[in-house]
Amino acid sequence: MSRYTPEQRSVLSAGLTLSTAVGIFAIAYGVLAVSAGASVLQTCALSIFTFTGASQLSAVGVIATGGSASAAVGGALMLAARNAIYGLALAPSFAGSLGKRLVTAQFVIDETTAMATAQNDMKLRHFAFWWTAIPLFSMWNLGTLLGALLGSAIDPQAFGLDVAFSAAFVAMLAPHLRRKRGRQAAVLGAAICLALIPFVPVGLPILASGLAIIIGVRPDEEGI
Amino acid sequence: MSWWVVVWLSLGAYAFKVLGFVVIGSRKLPRALERCLLLIPAALLAALVVKDTFSTQQSLVVDERALGLAVALLCVWKKRSLVVTIVAAAAATAILRAL
Repeated sequence: MSRYTPEQRSVLSAGLTLSTAVGIFAIAYGVLAVSAGASVLQTCALSIFTFTGASQLSAVGVIATGGSASAAVGGALMLAARNAIYGLALAPSFAGSLGKRLVTAQFVIDETTAMATAQNDMKLRHFAFWWTAIPLFSMWNLGTLLGALLGSAIDPQAFGLDVAFSAAFVAMLAPHLRRKRGRQAAVLGAAICLALIPFVPVGLPILASGLAIIIGVRPDEEGI
Repeated sequence: MSWWVVVWLSLGAYAFKVLGFVVIGSRKLPRALERCLLLIPAALLAALVVKDTFSTQQSLVVDERALGLAVALLCVWKKRSLVVTIVAAAAATAILRAL
């Protein structure tokens, strides 16, 4: 570990613990997907190729409650649209060949964005991105396989596994709440989402919460 | 489940990632837009937390998950590690459900 700076070490430890937690959550996803009627192969294919947890969960959730394939895909894709916005936030820090960026794009998700954008230095941003992306991708897929094989043998709700995502998101949210602007965006985003949930299709409230970012149009008191 | 769900969801999700990161991404953005974009994780993560905790499909509900969220907030406030946070939140919800 001595070849890493203290900042890198703290990123490594955060990235690895995050991945472990995601692995545990992936087991819950695997169980949920198989009990919703997906095959083990389909459950694993979603984790490799779709690789954006909230969308995968949303899709199997719709299938489980008897929704159509198009409703499942539609809602899940609305959730996936936020990765485009994450990509915009990350892109200025990631130059490189087109091929490299096309590969990197697959790893632009909540966790990698949260970890990378929490760093101030460009090099540390790359470090945080990849040291979150690689262990997280591995653990997400390993956990998915385990959960899918366990199938309906365990009940995720009995173990409280359905709150794992929220708990992880709260932890990822914390660094964004240090500045007043971040806190305002968080409160506004949450409020928009809650207000819309009863009235619009599943997936849309999350997308609409993105409107909260318009408060960033004017510079804040700190002049940033 | 139809394989079309897997195919369309994977293609669509990747298309969104490429759209932001590669297609638009490399262009220099105005400062105001950049400031807005930096707020995205805060707005969306907060929205995901309230959605996952206080809703089931299109219904707003307060159930055992609320306790899990409260425990998670306490853990983060006390600067506990992510694994501790997740395990404590899940355990709190599971125990309350079992009562």
